[in-house]
This record gives sequence, structure tokens and C-alpha cells, in this order.
Amino acid sequence: MIRIITFLSTFLVFAFGSVYADPKKVGFIYIGPPGDHGWTYMHDVGRKYMESQLGDSITTTYLENIPENADAVRAIRKLADSGHDLIFTTSFNYMDQTHEVAKDFPDIKFEHATGYIQADNVATYSARFYEGRMIEGHIAGHMTETNTIGYIASFPIPEVVRGINAFYLAASKVNPDIKMKIIWVFTWYDPGKEADAANTLINQGADIIVQHTDTYAPCQAAQKAGVYAFGQASNQEEFCPDAHLTSIEDIWGPYYAERAKAVVDGTWSSGDTWDGMDKGMVVMSPYNTKLMPASLIQEAVNMEVGIKDGTIHPFTGPIYNQAGELVVPEGEVAPDGMLLGMNFYVQGIDGEVPQ
Amino acid sequence: MNLDLILGILQIVLIATTPLVFAGIGELVTEKSGVLNLGVEGMMLVGAVSAFIILVITGSYFLAFFVSILSGIIMSGLFAFLVLFLMSNQIATGLALTIFGIGLSSMLGKQYIGTPIDGLSPWFFVIFSFLIVFLVSYFFYKTKAGLILRAVGESHNSAHALGYSVIKIRFLSIIFGGSMCALAGSYISICYAPMWQEGMTAGRGWIALALVVFATWKPERVLIGAYIFGGVTILQMNLQALGLRFPGQFFSMAPYVATIIVLVLISSNKLRIKLSAPASLTIPFYKGR
Repeated sequence: MIRIITFLSTFLVFAFGSVYADPKKVGFIYIGPPGDHGWTYMHDVGRKYMESQLGDSITTTYLENIPENADAVRAIRKLADSGHDLIFTTSFNYMDQTHEVAKDFPDIKFEHATGYIQADNVATYSARFYEGRMIEGHIAGHMTETNTIGYIASFPIPEVVRGINAFYLAASKVNPDIKMKIIWVFTWYDPGKEADAANTLINQGADIIVQHTDTYAPCQAAQKAGVYAFGQASNQEEFCPDAHLTSIEDIWGPYYAERAKAVVDGTWSSGDTWDGMDKGMVVMSPYNTKLMPASLIQEAVNMEVGIKDGTIHPFTGPIYNQAGELVVPEGEVAPDGMLLGMNFYVQGIDGEVPQ
Repeated sequence: MNLDLILGILQIVLIATTPLVFAGIGELVTEKSGVLNLGVEGMMLVGAVSAFIILVITGSYFLAFFVSILSGIIMSGLFAFLVLFLMSNQIATGLALTIFGIGLSSMLGKQYIGTPIDGLSPWFFVIFSFLIVFLVSYFFYKTKAGLILRAVGESHNSAHALGYSVIKIRFLSIIFGGSMCALAGSYISICYAPMWQEGMTAGRGWIALALVVFATWKPERVLIGAYIFGGVTILQMNLQALGLRFPGQFFSMAPYVATIIVLVLISSNKLRIKLSAPASLTIPFYKGR
């Protein structure tokens, strides 16, 4: 009897094992809560898209509010220990922690967002948000009346500095008198502090608020003060309809689905992905037709087309640094290497990048 | 620098600092009675989320603040029950209360994230925060009840021997602290940054705790300290926006560094410690002895 059961169960496992293979476990480490309507929210939207695409072949888990310190090691290790096959760590400062854990789990695949160091089982991926910043800069150059832009920056990492430069280059092209006021708040997530920074900038004469932090507090502050703002990471129009011009949306879903599929199929390999508007990883939210003239919206749409087909690049020379040295010669575009390590302001921006 | 700019900065400082004053003064009263409640951050978050939820459901600001304060009373009542009646360790219980509060507020607020609300003007609360500091100061130094509360914090055995109910007085002080923390939280989610986001107090509860030490347990100094902490943050933002070269990171840690310096200063001299910190702080009271 026992033999028959053993035989039957073995048969069943072999017969259906290939069809009903164990679902692959995909884990995510989030820096904030999925409800921030910003950075983490969009990663979570991507996770759900991946689930909808791959159905039963994967299960997903996420750990939220993981600080970028030794706690992250524990969190990543927890996912690795609990049998995850693919782990996405979705913030720049998880870099060392991701590699530390990845070394101990060579069979588990890791994907580190916005990072630049790869390993055999650690891939990196990011989106070319600066393409969206260029369009925002162009719009801001036209829309500002005080010629003063307020920019709320989080941490002095290349991604943020690149956004500031791309924004300024485009804005100063249409409006050479433009002035940038930049506040570094040294946090991704603190609604109170983000609102303080926005109010400080508005108080100093900024009539357009740009943010590189994760909540919609700055946009709300702009709405209250009657100035314009760009949202961050997701479409934030519903929170500040009279201030919101557009947002840069991060669309991670297709990439997540593709990478998870590769793990399911056993074809995953390490690498670096840096996609932009052409692949749909960066998308502009619907432009606010109540606030922006139709001609300007058309210009923005044309720019999107140009960026997608490669005729427009946000970092086209000549570009000078603050010391007046030519860093990108006329007619050339900045190489990815320079963009990835960007830690200087271009000529025309006051102040300096905090070190 | 013109007048408008300075007035604008002043406004932002007042709005940003008020939650620190509320939470700081609440914790000060609790500590003055000899109990250290590390649950400030947790109570603030629960206060913030309950005010937000009630506002979304009923649309009444009054009810929102009322229920928020009620939530602070419940949270701190729980803490008081554990440390006063079950004699649990105050530090461990307070930390547990913070962790509990973070989790509870996230759970309660899950479906309210991203619900737009109309914020309330902060000015009533700004004025009220000044008032409450002066009331507490008056209570401590000009009334008999205040003297008794301080006596309980300094030497609960003496206060007990004189016939005062140590447990009752401590219970009331903890409840007052809890309701102030909840008020601070609801101010953040309704006036300061009108939204609900998980963990949106972003460490202000810990700054409030540091503030009480910085103030060497004196009510007016809580107010002064809060405005130094808050003012420095806003000032450095203004300097940055003016394009001045400025180490922003330094100012993010300034409150904590200042607190450590004050701690070093007051503990360099045994007498000074005795004069500032309530002598019975964190020591449980056993009625039987």
C-alpha cells in the first residue's frame, strides 16, 4: 500500500511538476511605505503589474520602511533566507548592503535600483529621469514670472544632481535670466520638512517648486501659496490641481515583469539597464491644460518625441561647469559615464553640491 | 533682506516648531512626575492618524482633535497601567509603545493614505502652544498641586509618607503627556502637512525627548529649545536657498549634538544633575515599602 502511494505521488510530482512548478519568490525592499504616492508607490505599482503579468508563476513579498543602514542588511538577508529567488532593492543607498548579502547567496538574483556596481548575481537598473527634468525645465522657463525656481533636493547623489543640471540647462535655454534656489533636505521622506522647504523657497520668491523628494507635501504647499509645482514619481494632480503642471512618472512594471520572467525561465543574467522615455520607463503625467498654454504643451510633447527618437539629448554641448571649464564640447552629448557620476553643477547654478 | 522675507521666515519657523513644543511640554510633565515615557513618537503617530481618519469620516475638525486627544489618553493610559501597576520597566515599555504606535497607525491609516483633505489654519495652535507652556510653568512653580507633582518626581517615598497618592499623580501626568503628544501628531496631519503618510512624524518624537533633556526639565526652556531646534532648521534652509555654502547635514544632526553637549555639561557636576533631573526618574514606586 505504502509503495503504491509512494509510486503515485512520485508519478504525480513528475507528471505535473513541470506544469505546476513551485512559483518563484520575488522580494522587494522599499525605502518608504507603498502609500507615499511617490517613489515607493511606483515600485509597488510595478510589483503589482509584474504579478498581473506572470500570474501563478511568481509570488511577491515586500518589506517597507527599511532604513538605508545596517537594518537593510538584515531585511535583505531575511528575504534571502526565506527562499526568495529574485530580490529588488529599490534605493540607491542599499548598494553596499545588497552586495554584502549577495556575496553570501550566489544562487539568488539581486537587482539594485539606481546603483552602478554589478556582480554576477547583482544587476542594476535605473530610469533616465533627467529626460523628464529637461521637459520640466523647459516648461518652467516659460511659466515663471519671478524668474526664480525653487528646487527641493534630497541627497547629493549623482541622480539628483543630474536632475538639477538637466532642469537648469533646459530652463536657462528658454529663459537666460532664470535663477535656481536649491535646498538640500537630506531626507527622502518627511512631509513636514518638505513643506518647510517649499514654503521657504516660495518665501524667497520662487514661483515654481520642483522636488526630488517622495511625498506630495511640496506640491500642496505650492497650491496653498498659489504658485506652480511639478510632482514627483507619480501623477500627483489630485492633491494639488491648481499648482500641478506635470510629474515625471517612473514606470517599473514592464522591467520587473521581464526580469522575473527571466528568473522563471532560467535565463536571468546580470547587467545594467538604464532606460528612458524611448522604452516607456519614464513617462510625463498629463500636462495641466488649465494652467499651461496650448503652444507650450505642444512644445513639451514635441520634446518628448525628440527625446524618444534620439534627436534631443538633455546634455548636449557646449556645457560648462561652474569653474567655466568646458565639460561637454559643442555638438557632442555627455557620455553615460559622466552622467552616472555627476557631482558638479553646471555653469549658472549658484552654490555648490554638498559633499 | 526685507521685512516681508523676515516675516515669512518667522511664520515658517512658528508653524514648523509648534509640534515640538506640544510633544516636549507633554513629555516634560510626565518626566517631572518621575516617569520616562519613550513612547512619544508612537503616541504622536496614533494621534495623527486618528485625527486624520475622523476628519475624513465626519468632516469635523473639532471631533478630529477630540478623538485624537482621546487616542493619546488611551495610549498613555496603557503605558501608565503597565509601568505603574504592573511595575514594568519604563524604558522598555516606552520603546514598545513607540513600536506599537508605529505599527498601529500604519494599520489604521492604510486605506486613508492619499486621501486629500482641507488643512486647517495652524495659528490657533501656535498661540495655544505658547499658552500651554506658560500654564505648565505657572502650575509647577506657583501652585500647590505643581509642587506636589514635582515632589513625587523628586522623592516618591517622601511624597507617599506625606500622604500623597504617588500612583494617581503619576497616572495623571502620563495621561497629560500622552494627550499633548497626540495633539502634536494631529497638528502635523491636519495643519502642518495636511495628509496621512505612514511614519509622517519622521522622528519629531525623539527630538521632543531630546528637548526635555536639553531644557534641563524647565518648561520655558522647552519653548526656547524647541525654537532653537526649529529655527536652526529653517534658517539653514534659507541660507541654502540664498546660495550660501552650507553644510546641511550638520544641521540635521544639530539638535542631537546640542542635547549631548547639554548632557555632558549637566553631568560634569553631581550637584547640577541633582538640581535638574527629577531624582526619581525611571525608578518604579512600590507602595508596600
